[in-house]
Amino acid sequence: MLELYQDILTVTVNGLALGCIYGLIALGFVLIYKATEMVNFAQGDLMMLGAFVAYTLIDSFGFDYWVGLLGAIILMAVFGYILDALLLRRVIGQPQFAVVMLTLGLGFVIRSAAGVTFSHDPVVFETPFTNKVVRLTEDLVIGQENIAIVVGTIVLCSVLYVFFRSTRLGVAMQAASQNQLAAYYMGIPVKVIFSLIWAISAGVAVVAGVLVSPLTLIDPDMGSLAIKAFAAAVLGGFGSIPGAVIGGIIIGIIEQGANLWLPAGFGEVSAFVVLLAVLIIRPQGLFGQVGRKKV
Amino acid sequence: MSLLSLENLGIQFGGIRAVDDVSLDVVPGEVFTIIGPNGAGKTTIFNLISRIYDPSFGKLYFDGRDITTEKPHNIAKLGIARTFQNIELFEHASVLQNLLIGRHAHRRTNIFSELLFLPSVRRDELRHRIKAEEIIEFLDLQHYRDSLITNLPYGVRKKVELARALATEPKLLLLDEPSSGLNVEETDDMAFWIEDIKRDLGITILMVEHDMKLVSAVSDRVMALNFGKVLALGSASEVQSHPEVIKAYLGE
Amino acid sequence: MRFVFKTRYEQDIRLWRHGGDLFWYGLLLVAMILAPLMLDNFYLGELSAVLVWAVAAIGLMLLVGFTGLVSLGHAAFLGIGAYTNAYLLGQGVPFLISFPTGGIVAALAGVAIGAPTLRMTGLYLAIATLAFAIIVEKIFANWGSVTGGFDGLPVEYPNLFGYELTESWHFYYLCLFVLILVIWFSSNLLRSPTGRAMVAIRDSEISAQSMGVNLAKYKTMAFAISAGITGLAGGLFSHYVQHLAPDSFGILLSIQLLMAVVVGGVGSIHGAIFGAIFIGALPQTIAIMRDYLPTRVADMPGLEPGIFGVILVYVILAEPTGIYGRWLKIRHFFELFPLYKKSTFKRQKSFTKSERLR
Repeated sequence: MLELYQDILTVTVNGLALGCIYGLIALGFVLIYKATEMVNFAQGDLMMLGAFVAYTLIDSFGFDYWVGLLGAIILMAVFGYILDALLLRRVIGQPQFAVVMLTLGLGFVIRSAAGVTFSHDPVVFETPFTNKVVRLTEDLVIGQENIAIVVGTIVLCSVLYVFFRSTRLGVAMQAASQNQLAAYYMGIPVKVIFSLIWAISAGVAVVAGVLVSPLTLIDPDMGSLAIKAFAAAVLGGFGSIPGAVIGGIIIGIIEQGANLWLPAGFGEVSAFVVLLAVLIIRPQGLFGQVGRKKV
Repeated sequence: MSLLSLENLGIQFGGIRAVDDVSLDVVPGEVFTIIGPNGAGKTTIFNLISRIYDPSFGKLYFDGRDITTEKPHNIAKLGIARTFQNIELFEHASVLQNLLIGRHAHRRTNIFSELLFLPSVRRDELRHRIKAEEIIEFLDLQHYRDSLITNLPYGVRKKVELARALATEPKLLLLDEPSSGLNVEETDDMAFWIEDIKRDLGITILMVEHDMKLVSAVSDRVMALNFGKVLALGSASEVQSHPEVIKAYLGE
Repeated sequence: MRFVFKTRYEQDIRLWRHGGDLFWYGLLLVAMILAPLMLDNFYLGELSAVLVWAVAAIGLMLLVGFTGLVSLGHAAFLGIGAYTNAYLLGQGVPFLISFPTGGIVAALAGVAIGAPTLRMTGLYLAIATLAFAIIVEKIFANWGSVTGGFDGLPVEYPNLFGYELTESWHFYYLCLFVLILVIWFSSNLLRSPTGRAMVAIRDSEISAQSMGVNLAKYKTMAFAISAGITGLAGGLFSHYVQHLAPDSFGILLSIQLLMAVVVGGVGSIHGAIFGAIFIGALPQTIAIMRDYLPTRVADMPGLEPGIFGVILVYVILAEPTGIYGRWLKIRHFFELFPLYKKSTFKRQKSFTKSERLR
């Protein structure tokens, strides 16, 4: 009986933690998609790059964990802005396929560049939560790293919520996403706003990367988590910010459960099976909206 | 004997009835025009007839047949063609190719004969090409036959949209605001085309239109619509002088 | 500059535009047939690989370039064709049956993913195909009894009427034959109502429907044909590598196929072939370049994907019409010389229309 409880606890906690990471990556997708209708297939690689930058700041330069985190966020936000301003801005107006290909290509480049610049082998840095646990009872423990992930996600989401609610940026985002030309006429600096969204998205990716690094270690292939984050974004409904995080958590828990209780191999594909199922049965996900073109 | 018949047709989007209890009969060979302010539900009626939307209540009959639940892609085969308000041409194809796609409803070949391009496919291609050329000649589009749609000016695109609809050899032609975006001369031309289609091709026309001069020039009967409801039905002058209609357009 | 003076509708229907085209294509065909006499086994093998890529690229092009449905997981169909062919050969089934069966099974898989995804818009379809491909890859890895799992599956030589095809030039002619067949089928398709229906679906689904195009039927058909052709390429691929392993058919291969389509030039069979040549020649080129790069870069495991990425980014930003597009511009330049105007091909500034409302 105790073993079952321990199992359920492990599945829930690990699922919740990993799910939050999927959710944060998905959040990055959704932010960019909601604003610019582009899907950033390089989001996972941005996360990986952010983690490496944080690692370099903390390990090579000796900064404190929190300073390293903040520094990485700022650096990557600038990188995200430049990425959009220099490259992605050029494909505005082209069909979505072009954007998909472009971001896929960028992902590969970032991965290679990171491997060369930082390291091909996994690395990790010391966090304030490493190797610490929280004791629930005599036998049930939770790693503090997992708690840090969940708390970090909640904090980040709250910050973003307040930011979009009480600034004009949110409304400007929506306008720019639905009809660029009209937004321009309204005096909205559409291009700047898009680049800012990329900056925010990159920042979110950094947080995800830093939070998850104790669990998965940092290496150039870290970004392949992002494919599962797609499942999270789709499950939540691709236009919904809270949906992305909730979707991520659900996927995370399903994955952990499948790993534990289903035969080998099912755990790995569970996220994708869920993804396909959602797309087929209810494409708008849990919270998304379906629109129809007026002819 | 009506060609197209709407019986108490209506559709509800959320709390709004875009079309509310509309009944009309279109007689073969006539030009029937629907007028009304923007948002009155005119294009929605077209979308209902094309089966792009499902009606919430009411029935649709065409040529004696109940098409209320017919699949959208069968409508062309039954003999209804339409043009779209915001031109929906195939941008990356030529005018000729657009017209040939319009012939799709009359396709007699199957995928296997097409893969091998058997003589029957070749014969059919020539047959479709001849029909497309007839329409190109009818609407004077020879100049643009091989041009890509993306390169064409708006007035020509409107004509191609019309040509493509004619390529399906319809019994009923739904024209959604044929004169929108056209200048005075082009609108006069459009009036002549509509007359020609009615007289020479014997096609019945159901039209949505705002330009009153065009409406008076070509219509046999006119129906006025507002907020999804029928306001008046009759000849062009009768409807235009109807008090309800005037109120709808000009206010109290 | 050549003006084609048309006197018969036939001239628009047939596959070549004028006598000059026919001449050059004919010459190319003769050169391809004589290739084994001029090339040694190594280069013949490389050329055969290009031919296999070309078949796969045409398959993908039919779906992406002509019907407008994006597939990020076409490697799955390549793998299904390859494993089916290899498995059946291993069971003693003659090549003439196992090879087309590979294509048919792949086509059925295409229907399996195409049918449920009918209502999905571009982005969701892309993600769905990606998920599908990942699931298929895992099935390859785990279905040991059929695929041999991670140990892989050895592939026998094809046996045609008792004649075992072991030589390089055997394989070359087999690939050439299949490629010519596939080009012929695809070209026929594109000049017939089905091909036009596919293009119609790409450009405007709603008006395609009003013209009588059954969206469900044609989208599924496009998937089936595309997957089937790619499956045939998979069958050829299995004989090229002679030993199948599940990780050959991962995301990287799907992206490479897409690269072939994009770099070659979306929307034409020429583009698919140019793209295949490009992708086929790339590994060799990278190998040669390795000698000139600093060791740290040259030795890194992620070099190939990195270079793919750079090329992809460059093509999308600078030359979206791909190699074939650039070729058309160059030919246009020579045809109009000295009256060439650069603005003929200038891209118009455009604004994104929301694709969320379709």
